[in-house]
Amino acid sequence: MFKKLISLCLAVLMVAGLCVGLAGCTNANADFKIGVILLHDESSTYDKNFINAVEDAQKALGLSNSQVIIKKNIPESNDCYVAAKDLIAQGCKVIFADSFGHEDFMIKAAKEFPAVQFCHATGTKAHTEKLDNYHNAFASIYEGRYLAGIAAGLKLKAMMEADSTIVPKIGYVGAFTYAEVISGYTSFYLGVKEIVPTVTMDVQFTDSWYDETTEKNAALALINDGCVLISQHADSMGAPSACEEKGVPNVSYNGSTESSCPNTFIVSSRIDWAPYVEYICRQTMAGKAIDTDWTGTVDTDSVKLTELGKKAPVDGTQAEIDKYKAELKAGTRHVFDTNNFTVGGEKLTSYKADVDTDEAFTPDTEVIKDGYFHESEYRSAPYFDVKIDGITWKNK
Amino acid sequence: MASEHHTTVKEPLIHITKNAAMPFWKGLLIRATAVVAAFLFCSLLAALFIGANPGEFIRAFIEGNFGGGAWSLARIRIWELIKGTAILLIISLAVTPAFRMRFWNIGAEGQVLISALASAAVVYYGKGIKQEWLLLVLMLIAAVAAGIIWAAIPAIFKALWNANETLFTLMMNYVATLSVAYFLVIWTKDKNGSSSLGELQRGHLPSFGNTYLVFTIIVLLTTAFMFVYLYYSKHGYEISVVGESQRTARYIGINVKKVIVRTMILSGAICGLTGFMLVAALDHTITVDTVGGRGFTAIIVSWLANFNPLIMIGTALLVVFLNLGAGQLATTFRVSNAFPDVVVGIVIFFVIGCEFFIRYKVHFRHKNRHAAGAIHSGSDHGNDQENAAPAPAIPDKGGKLK
Repeated sequence: MFKKLISLCLAVLMVAGLCVGLAGCTNANADFKIGVILLHDESSTYDKNFINAVEDAQKALGLSNSQVIIKKNIPESNDCYVAAKDLIAQGCKVIFADSFGHEDFMIKAAKEFPAVQFCHATGTKAHTEKLDNYHNAFASIYEGRYLAGIAAGLKLKAMMEADSTIVPKIGYVGAFTYAEVISGYTSFYLGVKEIVPTVTMDVQFTDSWYDETTEKNAALALINDGCVLISQHADSMGAPSACEEKGVPNVSYNGSTESSCPNTFIVSSRIDWAPYVEYICRQTMAGKAIDTDWTGTVDTDSVKLTELGKKAPVDGTQAEIDKYKAELKAGTRHVFDTNNFTVGGEKLTSYKADVDTDEAFTPDTEVIKDGYFHESEYRSAPYFDVKIDGITWKNK
Repeated sequence: MASEHHTTVKEPLIHITKNAAMPFWKGLLIRATAVVAAFLFCSLLAALFIGANPGEFIRAFIEGNFGGGAWSLARIRIWELIKGTAILLIISLAVTPAFRMRFWNIGAEGQVLISALASAAVVYYGKGIKQEWLLLVLMLIAAVAAGIIWAAIPAIFKALWNANETLFTLMMNYVATLSVAYFLVIWTKDKNGSSSLGELQRGHLPSFGNTYLVFTIIVLLTTAFMFVYLYYSKHGYEISVVGESQRTARYIGINVKKVIVRTMILSGAICGLTGFMLVAALDHTITVDTVGGRGFTAIIVSWLANFNPLIMIGTALLVVFLNLGAGQLATTFRVSNAFPDVVVGIVIFFVIGCEFFIRYKVHFRHKNRHAAGAIHSGSDHGNDQENAAPAPAIPDKGGKLK
């Protein structure tokens, strides 16, 4: 009896051991972990976009929840460094942070933990810090805004054909006067200009990434000033809701506003970070290097347009967007083609941009070659900060 | 107590009397019971809404505060617990003297933030100052001065024109937040990206091995100072008298206006010290969220501790412990960070609620007493019965407490 019991126990143990062994084999990266540091939580559209991306990438890679640790509400201070250390102590092999101000503290951690990969979205210092384990990433969102501009241009053209008294002036609500915003509104303007060559644009700045009241007031001021179509680069519903109230067509950012602005929503562009998160996980698992500066494009599915609105866009918009998108992908069309804009009445033949961040913000790199401005090529974060003709800053 | 009982009206179903005194251990027991009850309730909510079983619930609280397993993680988390407690504690200490004199200062958030801004400004504009120690001294002076100015303005308005200090200090918070936003835009004007300052390269307080050690020691010294100041100094006594009754204070020759302004200057100075430490020792930068609402949480911490600096160590620890534990719960279960706020809110609600049972006694109407009341005819006999009744309803307690 006793012998039987022992042999039974042994049998059970062996089967259990086999199971554990097999389970271990099925997932070679069972001990892989990624830590994600977010500035806010899902209540911010900016961070929500990252949460969605991380969850999509997690699904695509087949990782469990305990392998993808998300830390929310981490301020842009030494707390970011502490959060990174905490994640590393939990066994994370890659740390990803989503906000510009996290950069210095990520670099500080990267220097201390050379065996861990640090990936930072929207930062600018990776190519000058020259650390093997610190990387920046951004997306060529200007391509998305350009395509959204095409949709807006088609709408504007239709409006002018329906009412010959309409003056083609559009408005833009921007957050700050940084390159990221300038690059964004210029590409949007050039998209519209592709369809309506006589268009001009007014820009109102809000000095905040998220300020619903100020954004709404800025949009209303533009509308009162005669702007017949509005777009924005700021994170609240301020501008879209002002447009819906006044019945002015709107091109949105970060996600569709169709549900709350059904009559005026044309289209929205956004960055999808899932391809990048997937990329850094795969590279780390395989022990391969991660690009110092990674720029997501239309081609990598990092730059996306939402579905078109049901009412505001004109028929045939999707076909036109697809046509231009194919040209961008093929490289036969460039958003910042110097034939398509002028500065002070002149064609731009040379421009030095501030690509390498330094105290004095000195322009250091020639970025015009082969007839176009090479945006996001020498560094992933935008550096197009040229004030081109046809665009007026209203409150600066 | 029982003798206060009035007999000529019909006795209500629930009857409340004031509890004059209660042994310390008994109060502690009631509070501990409240915390445990709140935890049970929160664990029930966690099970219902996020599918965390009680074991996982408790584990999240342990992991969030003390790490799980590896010492490297435990060390980081325990120090985070200490740091969080220390920050909350020192801000609570800053608001306490004003509260003891019933001056409702809800401006600690702004006072700390403006001090942090002053410190950062010294680093930003003081590029010419070569000596690190001199820079640190100037940062401290600027921070304390800013904190004092921010606190003194509403105090002076209160003392001279009786302006409402609650609204005034609240408004000063907004001015402080917007000032930080304003300067950040100016300081990062030509920079790419967003209006974030990044890490300040200078003005770091020496760490002596551990970043939080110096800060923690300073907070403990401040706690000791505050305890002595409030309980064993003439100033502390004056604050208490002004809090009890301004008329009494005037009658015994206390200059109430002077006490109000002086006390707020002390509050502002401690906020200034905190702002300096946030920039020089902890964050090495400034954002609009540098204080992150702790100026308001400190009010609850101070109040829960009954304005006693020593008890405040415990209440600050409790609030931070809850935040970190519930935060871990939100991370593990991938739920919105609103859940930690709910947990903290519920526990604080229970703790405040239990104060009621410490300060008051609840008597329920007894059946036969009710009958006695109903047949009460104004005779002495009826009176006797009524007066005797409460005693058996709450056996022993009344007698013991007296």
